[in-house]
Amino acid sequence: MRRLFDYYLTNMRISIQEQFQYRASNYFFMIGMIAEPVIYLVVWTTLAENQGGVIGGYTAGSIAAYYIVWTLVRNMNLGQSPFGWERRIQHGRLGMELMRPLHPVHGDISFFAGWKMVMILMWLPLAAALVLIFKPTLNPTWLQIVVFAIAIWGAYLIRALSLALLGMISFWTTRVSAIYNLFFALELILSGRLVPMTFMPLWVQKAAYFFPFQSSFYFPINALVGQPTPIELFSGLLFQLFWIAGGVLLLNVVWHFGIRRFSSVGN
Amino acid sequence: MRTIKLIWNYLRIGIANQLQYRVNFFTQLLTSFISLGTGLIGLALVFNYTTSLGGWTQPELLTIMGVYTLMGGVIQAVIQPNMERLLQDVEEGTLDFALTKPVDGQVIVSIRELSFWQLEDVIVGLVVIGISLGQMHTQLGLLPALAFVGALLMGGVMIYCFWMAVTTSAFWLIRIDEVFNLFQGLYAAGRWPVSIYPTWLRVGLTFLVPVAFAVTIPAEALTARLTPWTLAGEAALTVVFLVLTRVIWRVGIRHYSGASA
Repeated sequence: MRRLFDYYLTNMRISIQEQFQYRASNYFFMIGMIAEPVIYLVVWTTLAENQGGVIGGYTAGSIAAYYIVWTLVRNMNLGQSPFGWERRIQHGRLGMELMRPLHPVHGDISFFAGWKMVMILMWLPLAAALVLIFKPTLNPTWLQIVVFAIAIWGAYLIRALSLALLGMISFWTTRVSAIYNLFFALELILSGRLVPMTFMPLWVQKAAYFFPFQSSFYFPINALVGQPTPIELFSGLLFQLFWIAGGVLLLNVVWHFGIRRFSSVGN
Repeated sequence: MRTIKLIWNYLRIGIANQLQYRVNFFTQLLTSFISLGTGLIGLALVFNYTTSLGGWTQPELLTIMGVYTLMGGVIQAVIQPNMERLLQDVEEGTLDFALTKPVDGQVIVSIRELSFWQLEDVIVGLVVIGISLGQMHTQLGLLPALAFVGALLMGGVMIYCFWMAVTTSAFWLIRIDEVFNLFQGLYAAGRWPVSIYPTWLRVGLTFLVPVAFAVTIPAEALTARLTPWTLAGEAALTVVFLVLTRVIWRVGIRHYSGASA
């Protein structure tokens, strides 16, 4: 356990140093990423104002808060993309990683965890600009802040695990991009990434409970921005724990069968 | 003349190359439908709460979505693959192979790649536009149709210019592979008419990242909003964009140094 902890720390440090070199690239990435919620924000605040100020329990100010916190949560749940797994399996680079006495998922999770530190540092000025422009209303309690701080890491683990599972489909087939796109479309709608879940029709909100998606988007954002009861906050964390445990279990099973199908030549 | 022949040849090779992978036809079609589906869901959500957005009715916003999909197909098929290749060549120093050819460097780096199946999005976009025009009971006259095609062509050229200029910055910054994410994020703003955005953003989406010219203005041509003045302005700005891009390319290329490629 201690060795694993050391490994995580070291790998995070390496990725921080590496990513600091590519500031321009990281900023390009972040501005592109922030464009997405800004579009949603503009559309929905326009609508909220037309509706007399409130949609789905959100005022224009809290919609702004929702999508600004969204940018931090999105930063947090970035992980090794399934396309990375696809390349790694197709080009046989996985062979090298298999030589190490550690599951490659650890490498991914720690590397992206380190990268986040750089991203969050670079995110701060952009977030400040967004706050100045869109004037969000945000008054969380201490409990909300603490739960949020835990929930964003839970969100990261859930998303990292599901992306890894998705990527491992490449052990069986190489035509995966349509499957990925379907996954991302489902995620967009059922996670709270597109709109706060309360904007959705009731049946969509109910369906979303059967997927892990809202545990990595809507739950952490709403934990900070909305008015959840303490019970809702703790049950949300429990849900996250459930999805993490399920993800780890499933990952081990899929890995167990998938890795037997892997072969690489000459590296 | 020689340039046109060259473009034609590259096009032929590109198509022949991609026609080998026929299953991609279906995976691309599935992908097109998924992204169209999510777009429509977003639209439906918005119209749960209102009947018009920024003065555009539901079928009119469908027109915008059609133009957005169509232009997206062109970008993904013709522009983005070339820019990806250019970036890779700058980073790895293999741009020498393109620059030593006896034709203009900017032309050759802009026409080498083609993602043929992405052009399915163009067809999907056209179908969506057709459906939306049907919903509005619009008989499209010759003049608006011509204005639409013209606005679309100029919009495409401006998008190319913007992307080329940004990619050229790789000569200084070397690794900017995330630029695709930047562009896709900004282009997504085109799903909605630019008039709904706050002024600073609208100006940015018009003169900096020409999303307004690529999507909103062609859609305006189809929904009887376009004035001749706007179209003339677009034509003038297209020329400015072309000249600027050329200048940036000429300056940038001097900063390129390939090593032992």
